[in-house]
Amino acid sequence: MKSISLMVAAALVMAMPALAADDNTITIGMTVSQTGALNVEAVAQMQGFELWQDQVNAAGGIKVGDKHYKVHLVSYDDQSQGGRVQQLYTRLIVQDKAQFLFGPYSSGLVGTAAVISEQYGKILLVTGGAEPKTYELGNKYLFQVITSADHYLTGAVDALHSKDPHARLALVYSDDPFSKAVAGAARDQAKEAGFDVVLNEAYPPTQTDFSPIINKIISAKADALMGGGHYADGATMARQLYDQKANLKWVTILVAPDSDKFASLGPSAVGITTPSQWEPQVAYKPDFGPTPAAFTKAFEAKFKVEPDYRAGAAYGGGLILQYALEKAGSLDREKVAAALNATDLTIMLGHIKFATDPQHHGLQIAHEMVLAQWQKKNGKLERQVVWPLNAKTADLIYPLH
Amino acid sequence: MIGILASIIDGVLVGSVYGLAAMGLTLIWGVMDVVNLTHGAMIVAGMFALYLATSALGISPYAALVPIFIGGFLVGIMLYWVAVHRVIGRPPLMSLLSTFSVNLVLIGLGTAVWGTVLFNVPVSLPGISWQRYTFPGTHLLAAALTVVIAGLLYLFLYHTRIGKAVRAVAGNREAAELVGIPTTRVLSLAFALGVALAGVSGMLIGTMFPFTVLSGDTYQLKGFVVTVLGGLGNPTGALLGGIALGLIEGLATPFMPVSWTPVIEFALFVAVLIAFPKGIFALRRS
Repeated sequence: MKSISLMVAAALVMAMPALAADDNTITIGMTVSQTGALNVEAVAQMQGFELWQDQVNAAGGIKVGDKHYKVHLVSYDDQSQGGRVQQLYTRLIVQDKAQFLFGPYSSGLVGTAAVISEQYGKILLVTGGAEPKTYELGNKYLFQVITSADHYLTGAVDALHSKDPHARLALVYSDDPFSKAVAGAARDQAKEAGFDVVLNEAYPPTQTDFSPIINKIISAKADALMGGGHYADGATMARQLYDQKANLKWVTILVAPDSDKFASLGPSAVGITTPSQWEPQVAYKPDFGPTPAAFTKAFEAKFKVEPDYRAGAAYGGGLILQYALEKAGSLDREKVAAALNATDLTIMLGHIKFATDPQHHGLQIAHEMVLAQWQKKNGKLERQVVWPLNAKTADLIYPLH
Repeated sequence: MIGILASIIDGVLVGSVYGLAAMGLTLIWGVMDVVNLTHGAMIVAGMFALYLATSALGISPYAALVPIFIGGFLVGIMLYWVAVHRVIGRPPLMSLLSTFSVNLVLIGLGTAVWGTVLFNVPVSLPGISWQRYTFPGTHLLAAALTVVIAGLLYLFLYHTRIGKAVRAVAGNREAAELVGIPTTRVLSLAFALGVALAGVSGMLIGTMFPFTVLSGDTYQLKGFVVTVLGGLGNPTGALLGGIALGLIEGLATPFMPVSWTPVIEFALFVAVLIAFPKGIFALRRS
C-alpha cells in the first residue's frame, strides 16, 4: 500500500515539470519581491508581465514559425534578497524548465540573476534594473529594456540648464549601486552643462534623518538638488526639505516620486521632479503592440490602478520578447538572441535598441527618459510630464521658491 | 559655523527620540535579561497606530500619545505571556530566538496587509527659523515630550513602590521573591512598559518622518548602540545615549561624507563595549 502511494506521489512530482513544458506553451520564469523592501516596485512590474501574458493568450498565443504558443509565467517570491534570487533562478531553469527569463526588480537582484542565466545560457530580459555595469561583463543573453542609469538624469540636467545655465547643484544620493551610477553620470553631465556642483554626497541606505544633510545643502548655498535612491529615503528627504524650509529652486528625486503614494506627502511633494522611464501620458507611436493609451486603459481595467513605469517597462519587455520570437520564427536560443540583437523598434514604452558590441552587449541604447513634476491642478496633486518639450503635458514650474 | 551648530542642535533633538526608542529595549534587557527583538516591530506598530488614529479616526497626532501608550502596554502584557515568560532565566539564545520569530511573524503580517509602501502623517506645527536654518516643530515637540517621558519613567522607577520592585527584581530576582515581591507580575509589567515605550517612540518618529513597515529595524539597531552607551535598564542613560548618538550624527555630517556616520557609530559601539562594558552613563550605578 505504502509503495503504491509512493509511486503515485513520484509520478505526480515527475508530471509537474512536464505540464509546464507543454508542447504548445512557452515557459517564462522570473522572481518577484512579493515581500521585503522592494515589494511595491516588484509587484507593479509583475502586473505588467501578467497583463501581457493575459493579452497574448487571449489572442491565441505568440506565432512562432507556423505554430502558436501560449505563454506560461512561473514566478517565485525572492523576498527582496539576492540569495533567494540565486536559488530561485536556478530552480526556474533546472526544475521548471523555463525557456526564457524575465529579470527581478532592482539592479542588485538583476546582477545576481544574470550570473545564473548566463551560466545556463538563458535569455534574460531586464525591465527593472538600470545599473549599466552588468552589461560590461561580456554577457551574451542579457538584454536591458529600459534606459540605463547613466542616462537617468540627462533630461533633468538639460531641463535645469534651460532655466539656469549656472545653477549651483547639490548631488545627494543613496550609497547603492544604482543611485551611485546615476549620480556619477549626472555629475559629469552637470559639469559639462556648466553647473557648479557644490555638494556631492552619498548617504547610507539606512539613513533615517536627513536634517544634517539638508543643513549641509543649505550651507553649500545650493539652489538645485538632484539625488535620492529608493522609496523611504527619497520621500523622507522631500518631507524634510519642506519642513526645514530649504527653499531650493529645483529638486529632482529618484524613484520615490514616481509612485502615486508620493502624493500623501502633500505640500512637500509640490514641484518635485523625477526622471521616469515611462508615464501613461506619453505619445509614442508604436510599430508593434498597443499604443500607450490602449495599454493604460487595459491595465486600469485589470488592476484598477494607473500603471507606473515599472508596469509599463515589464509589459514592454513582454512585447519585445514576443516580437523577437515572431521574428526568429523559432524558440532556438541563438535565433531569438539574434532577433533581439537586431531589434530597432518603437513600442508603447518608447524606442528600443540593444548595444551589440561585446563590451556593452545588451545595454539599452535607444530608450529615453521623461521628466515628470508633481503639480497641483484643481487642488489635486498630479504628475505631469514636463521634459522633453515635445512630450510635455504641462509647463515646468521653475523656480520652486 | 552656524550650519554646524544647527546640525548639532538638530542632532540633539532627533537623538533624544533615538533615546526614547531605546528606553524600552534597555528596560527589558536590564530587568529580565531578555533582548527583545520584537522592539523594532513595536516601534512600527506605534507608527501605524498613529497613522490609523489620524487618518481613520481623525484624532490630532499628539492626542494619540496616551492611547498608544495604553495600547502598547496591553500588547506588551500579551506578548510577555506568549513569547517571553517561558524563556526567562533560560540561556539568552532562547529569548533571542523566541522574540526574533515573533518579530518575523509580525513584520510578515504587516507586509502582507500594507505592503512596503510609504505612509506619511502630515503634522502642521510651525518650526523655529534661525538664519537660513529651520528646526521643524515636530522635532522640537518630540524632543520635549521625550524628556518628559524619560522624567516620568525615572520618577516611576525610583520613587514608587512598584518601580522600586522592578529595580529589585532587576538587581536580584531570588532576593526580591524572598521579600515577597510577586516577581512574575513585576516582570510582565516591566516588559509591557518597555513595549509601550517602543510604541510611543514609534508614534513620535511617525510625526517627524515618513515610514514603512520595515522602518523599525533601523531604530532597533540604533537602540542597541544607545543601550551600550547608556547602560542596561537605565532610562536616563538611554536618553543621554540617544542624544550622544544624535550628536555624533549631527557633528560628523558637516565634516565628512555621511556614509561614514554608521562606521563611526559602530566603531564607538565596539570601543564602549570594550572600555565601559556597563555603559558610559551607568558608571554611577556600579
